[in-house]
Amino acid sequence: MRRQSRRNNSKLEGLQKEPTGISGFDDITLGGLPKGRPTLVCGSAGAGKTLFAMEFLVRGATVFNEPGVFMSFEETDEELTKNVASLGFDLNALIAEKKLLLDFVFIERSEIEETGEYDLEGLFLRLGHAIDSIGAKRVVLDTLEGLFSALPNEAIILAEFRRLFRWLKEKGVTAVITCERGEGTLTRYGLEEYVADCVILLDNRVQNQISTRRMRIVKYRGTSHGTNEYPFLIDENGFSVLPITSVGLVHDAPTEHVSSGIPRLDSMLNGKGFYRASSILISGTAGTGKSTIAAHFIDAACKRGEKALVFAFEESQNQIIRNMRSVGIDLETCVKKDRLRFQNARPSSWGLEVHLAMIHKIISEYEPKVVVVDPITNFLAVGDPIETKSMLTRLIDFFKMQQITALFTSLTSSQYEIEDSEVGVSSLMDTWLLVKNVEANGERNRGLYVLKARGIAHSNQVREFLVTDHGVQLLDAYIGTDGVLMGSARSSQLAREAALEVERQLAAERKQRELNYKQELYEAELLALKGKYETERDAILRELEEEQTRLKLAADQRLEIARLRKADTIAVQSIGENGAKTRKGNLR
Amino acid sequence: MKSTPRTSSKKGTSGDLRPGDGAENRWNLRLYVAGQTPRSLTAFNNLKQICEEYLKGKYHIEVIDLMENPTLARGDQILAIPTLVRELPQPIRKIIGDLSNTERVLVGLDIKPR
Repeated sequence: MRRQSRRNNSKLEGLQKEPTGISGFDDITLGGLPKGRPTLVCGSAGAGKTLFAMEFLVRGATVFNEPGVFMSFEETDEELTKNVASLGFDLNALIAEKKLLLDFVFIERSEIEETGEYDLEGLFLRLGHAIDSIGAKRVVLDTLEGLFSALPNEAIILAEFRRLFRWLKEKGVTAVITCERGEGTLTRYGLEEYVADCVILLDNRVQNQISTRRMRIVKYRGTSHGTNEYPFLIDENGFSVLPITSVGLVHDAPTEHVSSGIPRLDSMLNGKGFYRASSILISGTAGTGKSTIAAHFIDAACKRGEKALVFAFEESQNQIIRNMRSVGIDLETCVKKDRLRFQNARPSSWGLEVHLAMIHKIISEYEPKVVVVDPITNFLAVGDPIETKSMLTRLIDFFKMQQITALFTSLTSSQYEIEDSEVGVSSLMDTWLLVKNVEANGERNRGLYVLKARGIAHSNQVREFLVTDHGVQLLDAYIGTDGVLMGSARSSQLAREAALEVERQLAAERKQRELNYKQELYEAELLALKGKYETERDAILRELEEEQTRLKLAADQRLEIARLRKADTIAVQSIGENGAKTRKGNLR
Repeated sequence: MKSTPRTSSKKGTSGDLRPGDGAENRWNLRLYVAGQTPRSLTAFNNLKQICEEYLKGKYHIEVIDLMENPTLARGDQILAIPTLVRELPQPIRKIIGDLSNTERVLVGLDIKPR
């Protein structure tokens, strides 16, 4: 019964956590460090252990109003104060407010002779007094190796540490204890076995001559936590851990469209442009106008009143503004209205993870709607293709989650490899525009086509485009029998066609004239024939009349003769009638 | 244990310190302890014995109990208990442990050469 209820209780309570106030860290630990327990932070020299520990105290004092004690075995109070001043921490003010207590423990080994058994009760008392004097809730011991190097008997110190950790737990303070990383082990003296509740590993790895700071939660008893290696930054705002993992495929898919800034490109994409929150890749060889297309996209976003952010890895802000002005795109106004910001850096300045971290950081501060990364291929110089792809995947996921429409440019080195080299990232992209130089007839011309556009019925034509002093102009596609013609070939072909057209026109006119002529001719002929017919008809009719007149005359004559001969009138009449009858009958 | 030392702070146990002794002959020793633990008693007894044997008449022992005065731990940078600090003669020397290894105590106090 009792056991049951206790189990229930512990389940309900769970492990209490103490938020550190270090940006991002509380996210990956789902709340912070274990409250009232010691945490071991290990790492090699320069990994950022002291800064982590110090920020834990400073945030505690300033944000959570929890006083803290910093017991240092390496740096004096003055050194510490100076060192963290660059992170914006004013230790002296905190000390004056009794929110922070620095205690530098200095031990000179040469001064010390060991003459028998001892313990570290002095340290305990000293720490205990420091804790009680300001009511500290947080304690830092930095670093334990300082003690080991000072005191000769390792066995005693190890035993005392065990006691120290227990003692800290009893005190109920949340403690951060830093220690050096050992060869092949987390700590040089196997301390992680004693602390056990929470072990954090800080790491500063150099790859391709670029160092990247990473953090990993090796162990966190009684709670779930992020297990990955998280990159972190130390900058003027202190420590920031960036929980950048693939957020997965759960982001929304808006149906809204955003213009590419080039009307005819929009019309190639079903007349609407790109989907909002989609990712767009423009790839092409050097000098194909990728950045100019990107600039149009930014310009359009600014004109819509949306904020845009450009990560430029090759050009400086001023250079970009100047170059785009020469093609008629005014980015300076956008910058002045704070609708456009540039983040210029060489890819080799930081490692991939740090780049990602920086991008995260800036985006969460500035909250742009549109992002341009120009070009992503430069990341390959920093990491290997697998790492780069993993980084870009997370970057794209992040953009999608933030509902940011992201345009990436990608520089391809050779015309033949255009599609090969892009396989790594192209599958992540929703829309892929390809710009290429088409070399023919001794000139290079630019062609653009939509390689893919997920969810958009897009044109499959290769369009020639020109970079003019008023931006990118997409031309009508000319597809002749020899394929797409571009540049002067296209214009000469167009001229040829125009000539042909004129010729056809003339030919048509000729035919028309011929037709008219024929019509007139036949009409005239018809008229003539009609005249002839009429003449002939008249002649025939006249002849007919004459014949009848003659017949009548003949009959009259016969009657006259008969009369003159005094013939019987009736006989004469009947003869005349019979004669006519007979004729009629014969005719039938 | 009959000869219980007074471990209250700042109370010294002097040997036969004659007035007028030169500074080079004065031994000011400070023993830091934390409560009357068996170990601190052992340390005190060992110290007393060594002083009587080698520094008779020219030493002064001050026992400081950090339980009562934890702030004093900072001044001499005390971590280990017990710690014996030789304040005089200069330079300051620190000896940690219960002083049971007489040889090392003598070396540590520069009574015997290293």
